[in-house]
Amino acid sequence: MFVLVVGGGKVGYYLAKELIDSGHEVALMEKDSTRARQITDEIGSIVIPHDGCEGKYLAEAGCNRADVVAAVTGDDEDNLVICQMAKHHFDVPRTIARVNNPKNEVLFRHLGVDELVSPTRMILGSIEQDIPVHELLHLAALGEGELEIIEAHLQAGSPAIGRSPNDLDMPEGCSLFAVIREGIASPLRPETILREGDKVIAIGKQECETMLRGQLIGDPEAVAAG
Amino acid sequence: MKIVIVGCGRVGASTAQLWDAAGHEVIVLDIATRAFERLPSTFGGSAIRGDGTDEDVLRRAGAEGADVLVALTEGDNRNVMSAQLAVEALAIPRVVAKINDPVRAAAYAELGIATVCRTGLMADALNVHLGLPPSDLPGMLAATGHHPSGEHADHGDATQGTPDKNAAPRAAVEA
Repeated sequence: MFVLVVGGGKVGYYLAKELIDSGHEVALMEKDSTRARQITDEIGSIVIPHDGCEGKYLAEAGCNRADVVAAVTGDDEDNLVICQMAKHHFDVPRTIARVNNPKNEVLFRHLGVDELVSPTRMILGSIEQDIPVHELLHLAALGEGELEIIEAHLQAGSPAIGRSPNDLDMPEGCSLFAVIREGIASPLRPETILREGDKVIAIGKQECETMLRGQLIGDPEAVAAG
Repeated sequence: MKIVIVGCGRVGASTAQLWDAAGHEVIVLDIATRAFERLPSTFGGSAIRGDGTDEDVLRRAGAEGADVLVALTEGDNRNVMSAQLAVEALAIPRVVAKINDPVRAAAYAELGIATVCRTGLMADALNVHLGLPPSDLPGMLAATGHHPSGEHADHGDATQGTPDKNAAPRAAVEA
């Protein structure tokens, strides 16, 4: 495969190196000439010392025959333009963009970038999974984030303890479908009585979150006091 | 008209002043407050510090419901991003991005964003002045293609229809 990597920062550098090691043909574009020279010294003459946002240089780099273009600069707007130019002007079959502002993901996807990698979102996800607060944990987003799969850890003070899903006042567009009890996941029946320590898995629209929190987690201060 | 200008450089500040004086509602954004020193003391619009490639910033600046957004920062890509956010996220009906790279300027016009390319404009101004034949570089290009948001609107005609037609339901909602 011929992969055109744009952006010779840490990500672009290691990406190019790994791709070469796996036997792919790689061209790396880096507009900073000092950095470009440095990479050339280290991994050979695969570096095009020019701005990968500029149409002329993309053409020179062989963008029109690239199988994949990976835009991994530190600037979202550059990565967007690189992917759009690759896709629409050079007919590249697959474009990948690094996205720093998670809010830009929808726009990028909508404008035809094939794959997005968001370091911010990934780190955020890891942090949220580690924090043992009385919060809801986002496990996954479905579609364009309209529906979410959410985990709620029932702790002392949760209004759901001792009650069954039947008794709970679930918001419209939201349902509880599984429970993890002592490490074992099972489907949640409407009559199952919930216990302290259960992890309840819910699916619902984003806007249901506040109500869901009220039903399953309760008032955070009351929880802390309890 | 309500006009948003992203980037308060020479062109941004001059157009802000012109359009404000002509009675339009003008909002001008720049990442540096110093840039606003270019605006005359008589400027009656709003000057807001912020990054025009950030959707939240544009909303907070009051760009929603604008009739026009013109992206005039010194970065081609920032202009492209700002203009596309304006079309996609804010549904602003008329958007222009300054793109000095002729290749990108032509490409984005085809992708549905009107572009203005200083390279072509100046080259041809010089050609005219010197009595030389015009270049084939892009200058002010109207959008010839459709921006993706246009695909969701089920209007039939292919020429330039999307932006203006988007405007109609908006105006109705706001009225």
